[in-house]
Formats: sequence, C-alpha cells, structure tokens
Amino acid sequence: MTGSQYILFTAVDKRASFARFGSFLRLGWALGFVGFLAACAAAPENGDVRDPNEKFNRKVHSFNIVLDKHLLRPTSSVYGALIPDPVKTSFSNFAANLDGPGDVANDLLQAKIGSATQNSLRFLINSTIGLAGLFDPATPLGLVAKPNDFGATLATWGLREGNFVMLPGFGPSTDRAAVGLAVDIALNPISTLVPDLDPNVVFIAKVANILNERDRYSMTFDSMLYESADSYAQTRLFYLQNRRFALAAGDAIISDAYDPYEEFGYEK
Amino acid sequence: MLLLVTLMTLMKNLAMKNNAFTYSRRGVALALAASVTLGAWPTGATAFDVNTARALVDKVVSEINSIIVSGAAEPKMLAAFEKVFLRYADVDIIAKATLGVAGRLASSEQLNAFTKAFQGYISRKYGRRFREFIGGNITVIDAKPLKSYFEIETLATLKGASPFDLRWWVSSKSGQDKFFNLVIEGVSLLTAERLEIGALLDQNKGDLDALIEKLKRI
Repeated sequence: MTGSQYILFTAVDKRASFARFGSFLRLGWALGFVGFLAACAAAPENGDVRDPNEKFNRKVHSFNIVLDKHLLRPTSSVYGALIPDPVKTSFSNFAANLDGPGDVANDLLQAKIGSATQNSLRFLINSTIGLAGLFDPATPLGLVAKPNDFGATLATWGLREGNFVMLPGFGPSTDRAAVGLAVDIALNPISTLVPDLDPNVVFIAKVANILNERDRYSMTFDSMLYESADSYAQTRLFYLQNRRFALAAGDAIISDAYDPYEEFGYEK
Repeated sequence: MLLLVTLMTLMKNLAMKNNAFTYSRRGVALALAASVTLGAWPTGATAFDVNTARALVDKVVSEINSIIVSGAAEPKMLAAFEKVFLRYADVDIIAKATLGVAGRLASSEQLNAFTKAFQGYISRKYGRRFREFIGGNITVIDAKPLKSYFEIETLATLKGASPFDLRWWVSSKSGQDKFFNLVIEGVSLLTAERLEIGALLDQNKGDLDALIEKLKRI
C-alpha cells in the first residue's frame, strides 16, 4: 500500500492515521465477525456497502463528530499554528518510523519481499542517519514508505472484508480491518526491537502526528464531516472506496467502474 | 493524418517535458507504437482513442500547471481553475448522473435549472479546493480504455504531501472530448456527489425544485 496523501477527499484515509497507535497507515476502524473466503483475496466486492448495523454505526459517528468538534479539531488548529513546520515534520517522521518494523512484518506475512526490503532499509537508514527517525533521509534516496497493516495481511490470506463498522475514536473500518488494527496495536514489533523505548515518548509522538494530520488536511475533514448533507454516508463511501483501492492496487475502481453515458442512453 | 496528429501530440508532450510535468518512457513508447499502428488505418483524425483522451488530460494538466506557476493572486488563480473545469468537464452528464433516477422523472425545464444550479454548486465547492494545487504539479502516467471511455492515470504531487493517484475519466459521448469524473486514490467524486445530491434530495422530501433552490445557496 502507498502512504499517499491526497487532497480533495482524502479524509477517510487521513483519519485512519489517527488510529495508528500500533502500526498502520490505512488501518481501519471496526470489530465483529470475519468471514473466511479461501479463493479470492481482497475481493473488491463490486462497490457493495454492507452495513447491517447502520443505525448503531450512525450513533458512533455522531459521537466521533462531537469528539472531533470539541477536542481534536480545536487542538489540532492550535498545534498547527504554534509549532514550526520542520518540527511538525520531524515529529511525524519519528511517529512513522516507529511503525517501520510492523510494516516489514506485514510485508513478510504477505510475501512482499520487495516492500519488506525497502521498508527494512528505510527503518535502518532513518533510525541511524535520520537520528532515531526524526529525519527521513531514506525518501530522497528513493526508498519511499510503503505502509502496511495486518488488515491487508488478512485480505491477502483470503479473509473477506466483512461488514462496515464505525469505531468510536478511530472512525470508519470493516470487520477485517478492525481485527487487523487490534493485532497491529497489540503486536507492534517496535517494542520488542527497542525494549527500552519510553511508551510516553511513543504516545506523544503519535498524538503529535494525529494533530498534524488533522490540521494539514483540515479542509478535507471539515468538508466531509461538517459540510456534507450526510456525513456518515460520505465517510463510509470514502473509506470503503479508498481502502479497496489500496488493497487491490488500483484494480478496484475498474471492476466498480460506472458509466453514466451508458445509463443515460448515449449512443455507443 | 492520424499519424501526424499523434506525432504532434508526442512532440508537444516531449516539449513539455521540461515544464511542470514529465512523461513515463512507457507512455512515450505507447504513443509511438500507437502512432505507427493507427497511421496505417485511414480512419480520419476525428477518431476518439486513448491518445486523444490522453491529449485532453495533457491539455487540462498543462493549463492547471501553468496557472500554478503564473504566481497570480489567489482569487485570480481560483477563477482560472474554475474556468478550466467548466471548459473541459462534461457538466451536463455529471449533473444527470448525480441526480440519478430523479432526473428521469424531471421535466426538461427542471433538468436545465438543476444543471445550472449544480454547476454553480460544484464550482464553488471544488474551486476553493484547487488552492491545494498551488506549489504542486500533476504528471500523466498512463492511459487505458475503460468501458465506453478512457481512464488517464496521473500522479499529483502537492506541497507538503506524498504524491497521490489521480485518475481522469474522459469520454467523447457528449460530442466533445471531456472528462466526467475524477478518482482520487480510488475515491470517485462522481459517486460521492451522487450520494450527496441524493441526501440533499431526501432532506427536501424528494422535491426537485426545492433541491435546486437549496443548491443555489450552498
């Protein structure tokens, strides 16, 4: 998966990064039943939205909005205004670097040897020359981040996406992604690799990173959460389309392609 | 004739290489191969194919990039972005598609009024988002057929963000080559707007005239 960050409508994915206390980038937010599907990994499932618990999910979404409105949004705008850009970048670099070993672990579980090598080199370079990850000399060397997560590993192993779930605090997810998120948080290899890493430092870095992302993509978040007619439906759509796109490496939108000219009877 | 057009496009592409965007070697090879193949067919220069679709996005992208580098005042830039959008996007089909079933039951007056209101709404909504392009650039990566249209894959690199995948869906079905959708990291703006308009229509109890009035005020 790419760690790409987009503008107009990236909100969903950016919110995912809020979740990244464990390892992550495009992790999701959910919990529940996970169905097995041996044959097709990460089936795009043709734009389906399976949301049987919509009523409850909407309540959680309202709670998340309150949380954002009164806590995250105001705090992040103060953070964004007060902290100089290079410092913000360094905090985010540090936070991302802590997830490096988790990315490598998931790369290996998915037999992605190229990504595993790239993420390993990144972690080694940024942890040393990059002063414990505060700087990112790996990217200019061509070693761009390839974030990965256990939800993607489960998809590779053939687990179905499951239902859509809105997680309190973390935001939109699916059954599969939520299980992945829990595993990533519980088993982040960084704590094994660097046993004397102060958990408070990790926590502060993660929070700083969340504030930075919420502030940097504030237009996107605000547009989705506060300016749309149905913010829940928009959040769900963005999350599912983006997540499926990331898992299918671009193939998802092709199977899901909509042709308005066909619908409205334009000549072939 | 086609060979000439393709070669001209290619030369233009190469000339622009030093400008704000670059072309993949694969793309250039593809254009070359296509020009050779298509040149053998006496189909005429009006045929809509992957190269003309790509040329359209090239044009839009180069206009966007030149607005970015112009260094004009921000309101001026935003107005220029809006003009590009209105010129190259098939606003009619976008409006129809977002209205969906409700559009089929509407009178032609209603449909016209909706399209007009929708155009204003979409320009205001996305026009201001174009400021995020300032300081960045867009690179055409690849072009391929998809259903009855073409998908042009570009990479957008914006200030302070990792590059992201931006795809343009281009069709000639309206009579002109125009794009009718943007897909950002897998998120289809057409689908998002269809959802939004549907939600707004629900809020107005299915009353299309009320929706049109509402759109004018968003």
